[in-house]
Amino acid sequence: MKKKIGANIYLIAVFIILYAPIFYLMIYSFNSGGAMHDFKGFTLEWYKEVFHDTRLIVIVLNTLVIALLSSAIATIFGVLGALAIANARSRRTKNMLLTLNNVLIVSPDVIIGASFLILYTLIGIKLGFTSVLISHIAFSIPIVVLMVLPKLQEMSPTLIDAARDLGATRRDVLTRVVLPFISPGILAGFFMALTYSLDDFAVTFFVTGNGFSTLSVEIYSRARQGISLSINALSTLIFLFTIILVIGYYFINRKSVRPNGVGMRQ
Amino acid sequence: MQNRTRNIYLIPYALWIVLFVVAPILLILYYSFFDIDGHFGLVNYEKFFTPVYFKMALSSFWYAFLITAICLVISYPTAYLLTKTKHKQLWLLLIILPTWINLLLKAYAFLGIFGTYGFANAVLGLFGIGPKQILFTDFSFLFVSVYIFIPFMILPIFNALEELNPSLTDASRDLGASPWTTFRRVIFPLTIDGVKSGCQAVFIPALSLFMLTRLIAGNRVITLGTAIEEHFLVTQDWGMGSTVAVFLILIMALIMIVTGIRR
Repeated sequence: MKKKIGANIYLIAVFIILYAPIFYLMIYSFNSGGAMHDFKGFTLEWYKEVFHDTRLIVIVLNTLVIALLSSAIATIFGVLGALAIANARSRRTKNMLLTLNNVLIVSPDVIIGASFLILYTLIGIKLGFTSVLISHIAFSIPIVVLMVLPKLQEMSPTLIDAARDLGATRRDVLTRVVLPFISPGILAGFFMALTYSLDDFAVTFFVTGNGFSTLSVEIYSRARQGISLSINALSTLIFLFTIILVIGYYFINRKSVRPNGVGMRQ
Repeated sequence: MQNRTRNIYLIPYALWIVLFVVAPILLILYYSFFDIDGHFGLVNYEKFFTPVYFKMALSSFWYAFLITAICLVISYPTAYLLTKTKHKQLWLLLIILPTWINLLLKAYAFLGIFGTYGFANAVLGLFGIGPKQILFTDFSFLFVSVYIFIPFMILPIFNALEELNPSLTDASRDLGASPWTTFRRVIFPLTIDGVKSGCQAVFIPALSLFMLTRLIAGNRVITLGTAIEEHFLVTQDWGMGSTVAVFLILIMALIMIVTGIRR
């Protein structure tokens, strides 16, 4: 019994440490004192400031446009990639493709960012919206592949044979049999790509150049200048948005398989 | 017939692999041979082994090692106790939830907590210790890093513990092993894979996350990631930055071989 109490205290302490900073941040977004200490009184002033900051609103819109566009395009490429891997004839090709696929997932963000910066400079892509969009598509593709592939492997090949025997063309097999079957995986892949894109800082920071900014880059440059409670207000809003996304994700995920460990982002 | 379909799927995907996986790595390697004036040679590699860079690399390693070790010490018991709770999936979800919140925001929160008048100093004040400089020290860097990486250590260990057959621990106890022996000889060896993937998930980012050192550690701690960012975006010495990146890639490959590729 005594042991049990000790165990509970330990767990509670871990949870407190995990959540305290987040709540600390949120509580002070209502502080009229203007600093992240000495809570003076309740105010919504910082939220007003966030909503009146047109530059910030443009940046939020940029971030959303990049996230939606990049994850939509990455989903298309990712589904094609998963099909390519699933249809690979030899085991060796399959493994090689999978290894290459996972390189960008395990690579540190600084390396992805730095190498993409070299790439764009060499090809002559101007840093800004295009370079950020292309980067987000590029690093989201492997995640989509990993989400779709288990669904494809789960699918019984007899389904395709049956469709063929019944006279379906190859196009029909793809659009009427395969795609509907793997659609939960596609949805989960799109969703993961969306969160990866929204969450990314390091890669964007490298390839963004001047003049174009996403939310995380903006938060970084503001945080480097010190504390301003409008960042707290913004964080609280992002936090709420994240919670909604997570709930949405787990709702989608109930129906699809999730490979281990991909559900987290650094 | 089958062959032709496969090729159609493969074309865009292979294009992506060539352009965004293979080419960037080769470009990093290629650039690492050019010094700041554009001369081809091994100058950057020689520079990497001079005391300045070598010390930086070693200290980056040391910090990453400390962060991983502290994370492991905190996370293993947490994961173990989590498997004993009633609604463990819910608790696990609560552990994972903070990882969905942008890392910058969590680091920013600590700017307030560790600030001169922040919560940490207020607590110290209660014990009669005057305000201390906590922010921009090694301690704050270690603390915030551990804070951020803990969930990434807990999850794989939790999964490994869940896969462990409980009859094995029962058998060990029936045969007279003490709880400590059971842990040391049965539980830990059987969950070592989870520990390995946890260490892999913590060590590599701990070497490379530059925003943490910038925001929390001031310029006191320079990791390999900070060095790469500095060379690419501040001093514009892409060659040297690439050289550091090549080493980071090599270390990453080494760690993945040591801890076993499980992804």
